Parts: sequence; C-alpha cells; structure tokens
Amino acid sequence: MHVPRRSRGGYSSPGRSGSRRRVVGSFAALATAAGLLSACGGGGGTPTLIWYINPDTGGQAAIASRCTAASNGAYKIETQVLPQDAGQQRVQLARRLAAGDSSIDLMSIDPAFTAEFAAAKYVVPVPDDVKSKLPQAFKGAITASTWDGKEVVAPFWSNVQTLWYRKSFAQKAGLDMSQPVTWDQIIKAASDNGGTVGVQANKYEGYVVWINALVMGAGGNLVTDPGAGVDAKIDVNSQAGKDAASVIDALAHSKAAEPDLSVSNEGTVLAPFATPQGAFQVNWTFIYQNYASDKATLNDLGWAMYPETVQGTPSRPPYGGIGIGVSSTSKHTDLDWKAVECITSPDNQGQYAVDTGNMPSSAAGYSYGKLTSAYPASLLQLFQKSVEAAGPRPLSPYWSDISGAIQSTWHPAGSVSSSTPASSQTFIQQVLEGKKLL
Amino acid sequence: MSTTVATPAQSAKTPPGKVVASDRAVAENRLGQKLVAPAVVIMVLVTAYPMLQALYLSLFRYRLTTPEDKGFVGLSNYGVILGDSLFWKDTLNTVIIMVVTVAIELVIGFAFAMVMHRIMIARGLMRTAILIPYGIVTVVSAFAWQFAFSINNGFVNSWFHWLPWISPQQNWFGDHWHAMFAIMASEIWKTTPFMSLLLLAGLSQVSEDMLEAAQVDGATWTQRLYKVILPNMKAAIMVAVLFRALDAFRIFDNIVIMTAGAQNTESSSFLTYRQVIQQMQLGMGSALSVLLFLAVLVIAFLIVKLFRVDLASARGEG
Repeated sequence: MHVPRRSRGGYSSPGRSGSRRRVVGSFAALATAAGLLSACGGGGGTPTLIWYINPDTGGQAAIASRCTAASNGAYKIETQVLPQDAGQQRVQLARRLAAGDSSIDLMSIDPAFTAEFAAAKYVVPVPDDVKSKLPQAFKGAITASTWDGKEVVAPFWSNVQTLWYRKSFAQKAGLDMSQPVTWDQIIKAASDNGGTVGVQANKYEGYVVWINALVMGAGGNLVTDPGAGVDAKIDVNSQAGKDAASVIDALAHSKAAEPDLSVSNEGTVLAPFATPQGAFQVNWTFIYQNYASDKATLNDLGWAMYPETVQGTPSRPPYGGIGIGVSSTSKHTDLDWKAVECITSPDNQGQYAVDTGNMPSSAAGYSYGKLTSAYPASLLQLFQKSVEAAGPRPLSPYWSDISGAIQSTWHPAGSVSSSTPASSQTFIQQVLEGKKLL
Repeated sequence: MSTTVATPAQSAKTPPGKVVASDRAVAENRLGQKLVAPAVVIMVLVTAYPMLQALYLSLFRYRLTTPEDKGFVGLSNYGVILGDSLFWKDTLNTVIIMVVTVAIELVIGFAFAMVMHRIMIARGLMRTAILIPYGIVTVVSAFAWQFAFSINNGFVNSWFHWLPWISPQQNWFGDHWHAMFAIMASEIWKTTPFMSLLLLAGLSQVSEDMLEAAQVDGATWTQRLYKVILPNMKAAIMVAVLFRALDAFRIFDNIVIMTAGAQNTESSSFLTYRQVIQQMQLGMGSALSVLLFLAVLVIAFLIVKLFRVDLASARGEG
C-alpha cells in the first residue's frame, strides 16, 4: 500500500511530486527543442531565405527550387504566397516590415508600391557589384525600379499592355492595324460594327493604370516631381488630362462599352472578347496563353501597339511586373543578393515567361530558347517594343493616396467629363495635404 | 441562517426610498465582485487598452510608412472628418442599410419565428432550413450573392428579367441604388435567421393561457396578434432590434466583397478600415474608429432609452 510521504509543511502527494517531475521534464524538452531550432535557423544548418511572392501558377516556386539546387547548399529558398490583390500585398508586407519582421528576406514587389517601400527604407538598394551581375533590364523596367537615383529592386519580369483585336473584326471595320491606331478609331470601329472594346474600369488600381497610360499618351503626367512626396505637383488638370477624360467619356457613352464597364477588370474582358461581339481589348501579356486552348479565338487574335490618345503622339503603354526587393530587416543580406542574381537570371526570366505568360524584364530573357519557340516572333518583338515605350506610374511614396483619389473622382467611367480633371486635381491635393478624407 | 429582511432599527435610520442590503446580500455582493474581478481585469486589458490607444493615436498625424512625420495635431483629425462630405455620405449609407435591413428582417424574422413556433410537422427540419443562412460565413454569403447578381454569370437577371424593372443586361453593381439593393438583399438573407431566433425566444414566453382566453373571448387572429402576442414579446422584439441594429451599423464584409465601396456604397466601418489598414493612416483612422464607437454607443442608448428596453425582462428575469 502506498503511504504518502510527510514533508515539512504538510503532505506531499504523489500527484504533486509527479507534476514537479513533469515540469522539469518539460523544461528539458523545451531546452532541447530550442537548441534544435537554433541549429536549423542559422547556427549550423543551411540558411533558409523566405521569399514573399505574389500568387502565380507556380513559376516562382519552381525558380525557388532551381536556385536552391544551384546554390549547392549555400542557402535554401522557401516561398510564402501573398494575397492576390496588389493592394493587399502592399498592406501585408508593409505591416510586417513596419513591425521589424526579420523573417522576410526577399519580396516580389509591385511597381505601385516600390517607391513607398524604398522611401520607408523597407528595402535595401541594389549594391553596385550586384547590379553589374544582373541582366541589362529594359529602360521602363529600370525606371520603375528606381527611387531617389538608386535602383531599389531588381527587375524580374515586366508586364506591359498591348492592343489585342480580332483580325476578322478589324478587317470588317476597314481598320489598317499595321499602323498605329487611336482610341477614337477603335471606339468608332467597334461601335459602328456591333463590337466592344474591353478595358479595366472597375474602381481599382487597374483603372488608374489605364488613366495614367491615357494621360502619358497625350504627352502629360499625372504627377510632376513625384519624389517630393506630399508636395509633389499634381498635373491631372492639364490638356493631357482632358484628352484622357475625353477618351473615357467617349467609350463609356458609346455602344462599344461593355455592359459591365464599371466593374470590368483584366479577367472580365476575356470572355466577351471571345464572343462574336468581341473586337478589341487592352490587356497584359498573359492574354496569348489564355486563349491558347481556344483555337478559334487564337487564330483570329491580332496584336498591335497600345492605342494612341492623340493621333500622331506615340502611345505610352501601361507598365506592370515585379521587382525583387531585399528586406532591410533580413539577417542574410549577402545570401539574399546571391539569390536575387539567380532568380533574375535570363534563363529563369525566360522559363518564368514560358510557365506563366509574364514576360522577362530584359532582352537577354527574351532570348531564352523555349520562349522564342512558344510565342510568335512578332508578338515577342511587340512586347519588347512596348516595354521600352512604357509609361510607368509616378514613383511616389504617396502613390496609394494619389491612386485612391483618382479612383474616387474618375469612377464610374460614365461620370467622367471635361470637368473631371479639375475636380480630381483639387481632390488629390486636398488628400495629400490631409484636408480631405480618402 | 442569515436573514434577508432588514431590521426595524435599520429601517428607522434609512431615508425613504433607499433599500438597505442585508449582511448576506453585502457578503454575496463582495464575493461576486471578487469572482468577476479577473474577468474585468482581462476585459480592461483587451478592450480598454486598445480603445485608449485609439483615442491617443487619433490626436496625431501618423502614417505607418512615414513614422518620422508623426506629429501632434490635437482634434484636427476630428475636424477634418466631421467637415468631410465623404464621412457623412458613408454615415448616411450605413444608416439606410441599418434601417432598411432591420425593418425587413423584423417582419420576415417574425414570420419565420411563427413558423418555427407553430409548425407541427418536420419541426426540426424546418428550423434547420431557416437557420442555415446564419451558419454560413458572411464572406462566403457575400461572394454567393455577388455571383447571383453578376451581369455575366448571375441567375438574377436570367430568372427575373420578366419583371419590368429588371433587364437581362442589368448591371447590379453599376449604380448606387442597384448596388445598395444587392448588398441589403445579401445582408437580409444572411441575418434574418438570427432575428427569428431572438423573436422565437420571445414568442415562447407568450402564455398559451392568455391566447386561449382571448380566443374564448372572441378575439380574431389579428386581434390576438396585436393585443396579446406583440405586447407580451415587446422586450424580446426590442432586444432583437437593438442587437441587429448595432450589427447592421457595423456592416463591412458584404460591401468589401460585393462592391469594394464603389458606386458610393461605402459604410462607416469600411471607411475606417480603408484609413487604418489600406492607407495606414493610423491617426485619421483611429479618429474614425473613435467616432464609430461613439455612434454605436449613441444608437444603443437611443434604442434602450427611447423604446425603454428592459434587457433583464427579455432574459426572463423580470
């Protein structure tokens, strides 16, 4: 029979004795686990670089695997997927970085918030010795990656918009697509022949991308001196702004507008384009792959330079894509840059384009064998020409405010008139000065 | 055994109208305070601290990505907000959504409560069927209704285009009132079961004896409804209205998913979210959240005081 041991101050039950042993055991287990974890984290094992990526069809994860293998044990890249929406990607990364999250090493950064992250010193500028090892990027890609005279992200892939059209429809409408066309021409051609023009006009960043392209295509800028932050000069209320408003007004009030114009985005314009009413759409490079399985549409698919806002003034196609940034809170900066060199290598840029339809940021990437055989040569040439001519959005750390203010004053497209640029300019300035809610 | 009756001596010293607690009541009160103290401390930590922090931040110009520009601005943020038409537009939207949805939910919810209360056949199945929407995550429900109203692949246009005001090409998210209609429809569908549950609790408190007595006296069904049922479940109705009104005033998920605030469909909560989370304006956003909190307090006060809601009687303690 078990007899409880009497100790000083009362009984010490077997349960209490057992619990003490369990506590001691737990501490021992914790200490062992902590030791193991520290060994994995950087003590003796292969350092793990965490790469926050935008969602794709697996292209970046594949690159992470290839670069891990190519490093010969120097590092291991793990990917963490960010939300689909670029705005949500910005919010998630910024909140983590503002809190000093050291688990972030590499980031796939959208041009829309590159300047904001650079101004907040969330990213480390690309060192000169690393820059010399990266493939020579297109001018548009370098512009979109530069803040305060320094390249702050390494251009990875460059998205650009072109004009996609149905060859049969253009022929029926009598449009010569071998020459630059204007927005007015395609709107009239579509309207007169029962067709539609697909654009991105939902209340989101994509709509501002369109407005920016229209304004730059008319020789203007939304913002002059965006580096001045809140003191930047807003130039929406200009002749270029009025020309842009005129195009939007014309499309919104023509028969060429799709019924869901006010909620349209890159995805919603795809299906109408494949119907008999489909005539034109402006969209990103991935479109070609999207129609690859629809042979009827693919055979009738034509491509041309982004439409001109003003006849005779070369268009400035919208620029998108991703740059790879190194977090200022990372503990493996040297390894991060080695990983960046691998990720942005011409072969990886080319393979990524084959895998996802998102095109390289360098001419070297376009030379990748599998890419040249997967796409028509004229299309690849058009993409490169378009990136060179692209008009990136203003590189302002307050771009999210400016973009939001433009969305508020230019949406829906049906409400845009010749007075919109003036009211928009006033509103943007008041928002930047903190006098108006956005 | 201690007594709960006040002694004559105590009564003599007591001013008229003041109830004197017995020793036992005082002891029980103290015990109750000790028992509830840990919960109060935790509540203070998890609710009062963030609220005070928001109040503090609301006095600053503070953007998360430019912390070096942080500066004390006093009540300036409140001035900007209260003088801004966007704030009042969003408040009006929120009030419209609250009033319309709660009114419709009250009527439909009452009908559902009557069905759940009176039905004799397949009662469990019927109650489950009525309550299913409330069990669905709001974001999922909002997506479902967004697809339903979609101009491209929604069923609303194709099923109801025979109605004179619905065309096959109706873009429900293309203008303010159609978008508001879609948002309110999804909100009503999702939360009417909650209203009916609260009303069912009230219905079950109505004495069958009273109803039988009224019937014997010759009261019609309508008279029994207005003279017996509704007056006897007034407290439950008011609690249901209070809960749903406060809930509806904080509407967020449906709007984010269905319109993202486009077509002037933004609510007060969504405006606050955009300032704090999307624009990272911690100062301005905190000021908005303080105002939102005050608005909720005012609504609760108005409903409780104007309609004289007795929460205790609604729980059957009265």
